[in-house]
Amino acid sequence: MTWDLILRVGLVAVAFLTLPLLVGQTEHKVMAHMQARLGPMYAGAFHGWAQLIADGVKFAQKEDVTPRAADGPVFRLAPAVALLPYLLVLLVIPLGPGDLVGEQLDVGLFFVLAVVGVGVIAVLMAAWASANKYSLLGGLRAAAQLLGYELPFVLSAASVAMAAGTLSLPGIVAAWEPWWLLWQLPATVVFFVSGLAEIRRPPFDMPIADSELVFGYMTEYTGLRFAFFLLAEYVGIVVISALTAALFLGGWHGPWADSVGWLWMLLKTGAVAFVVIWLRVSWPRLREDQLQRLCWLVLVPLALAQLVLTAGVRVALS
Amino acid sequence: MTLQDVLLSVVGLVAVAGGLAVVTTKQLVRAGLWLVVALGAVAVEFLLLGAEFAAWVQVLIYVGAVVVLLLFAVMLTRAPIGRSTDLDRPALPAALVGAASGLGLSALFIAVFGQFRVAPPAVGTAERIGDAVFSDWVLPFEVLSILLLAALVGAIVLSRPSAPPADALADAVAPGSSR
Repeated sequence: MTWDLILRVGLVAVAFLTLPLLVGQTEHKVMAHMQARLGPMYAGAFHGWAQLIADGVKFAQKEDVTPRAADGPVFRLAPAVALLPYLLVLLVIPLGPGDLVGEQLDVGLFFVLAVVGVGVIAVLMAAWASANKYSLLGGLRAAAQLLGYELPFVLSAASVAMAAGTLSLPGIVAAWEPWWLLWQLPATVVFFVSGLAEIRRPPFDMPIADSELVFGYMTEYTGLRFAFFLLAEYVGIVVISALTAALFLGGWHGPWADSVGWLWMLLKTGAVAFVVIWLRVSWPRLREDQLQRLCWLVLVPLALAQLVLTAGVRVALS
Repeated sequence: MTLQDVLLSVVGLVAVAGGLAVVTTKQLVRAGLWLVVALGAVAVEFLLLGAEFAAWVQVLIYVGAVVVLLLFAVMLTRAPIGRSTDLDRPALPAALVGAASGLGLSALFIAVFGQFRVAPPAVGTAERIGDAVFSDWVLPFEVLSILLLAALVGAIVLSRPSAPPADALADAVAPGSSR
């Protein structure tokens, strides 16, 4: 029992450390090819596969600077607070049928939504403690964005929970049927878009807009602490992609799901992550007012309409 | 005394210490961050008591939304790093009121419920809470939602600037523009 638990947590930790690197390397290469260039080619000899490891070594060697005017303890704590929620979320995402999941949680979906929301505190901590106007501006933008997009994020997730009749993530995946793709399509779009905004990826990267805010709330960070923030961003991509795949794309469902279900889940997660990268290359950054307008005037009404639709179909079916 | 009791006491101490730090620290934003510690510890208490759903609601609403909103508002207005020397808090009366109400409530609860033996309720799953809210507690639930709606409408009315006269608006839009 204890060994089983240790094994599960260990495996999740391994996924936590490798999947973000995989996504990061894919981003390097995919972006490069979409922009008609090669990307990293030398590190590790074969198509630059070791580029991110080299980056990691570089980050570890850099000096860890805390600005003199900064609030030291808060400044140093923020990267860890940014990283921890995503690690916890990875624990409850089901990989395959049965109990192929880090930890069975009765209210898994609720847990995920609650914990992902904590990430914004790390952003505010980093932004304020840096004692830098650009950082503070970036942090305020991030907070406004995250507070707004939390609503469609939760509402669209509530829709699929209502459809499945359970809050447990493995339960939702088990209840999923292919026609849900159509039934839950608006929720899928809303969840993915607001998830993208939650992890502040382009086109929702107003908080770190590098052409106006240097690097937003991460401006003052160097070395390993900066690397932690970057890692948090890529774990965020993994988490949002995996959640989208598990909640809306059927998770491990597919041919021969009993034996290779985990592969389907990984493939779907990878496909969604690819779309995340694709959007970064192809979309310009949303301006602050456009960003809020999209949230409150498009996504929230859409999510509410989807809730009504979901409830209607559920009542009609029962 | 079981392991659960020990954990409950320790986490309770963390919550109380966090709360004390909120009201005693001289650093404005850190007070908000200590609030995260206090409220998070309360969520852990819920978890230890088997009220899983309430615990995550606590994290989602209080840590994820209320504290963030509070920090956001503080940072929008005034958020100096370091000590704020101009904070005037009536420390002694506040301490008196806090201590008196805390001790009074503890004494009251111990006096009234001290000799009862209550069977621990079943685990607070989402299903049970949903059942309870939409059967026995549906009227309080609806009344509360009306109260919240009224508060929302009130906040919007208060924050909306009263409409200026039309010519004042035109001046405000184009002050000194060449015509």
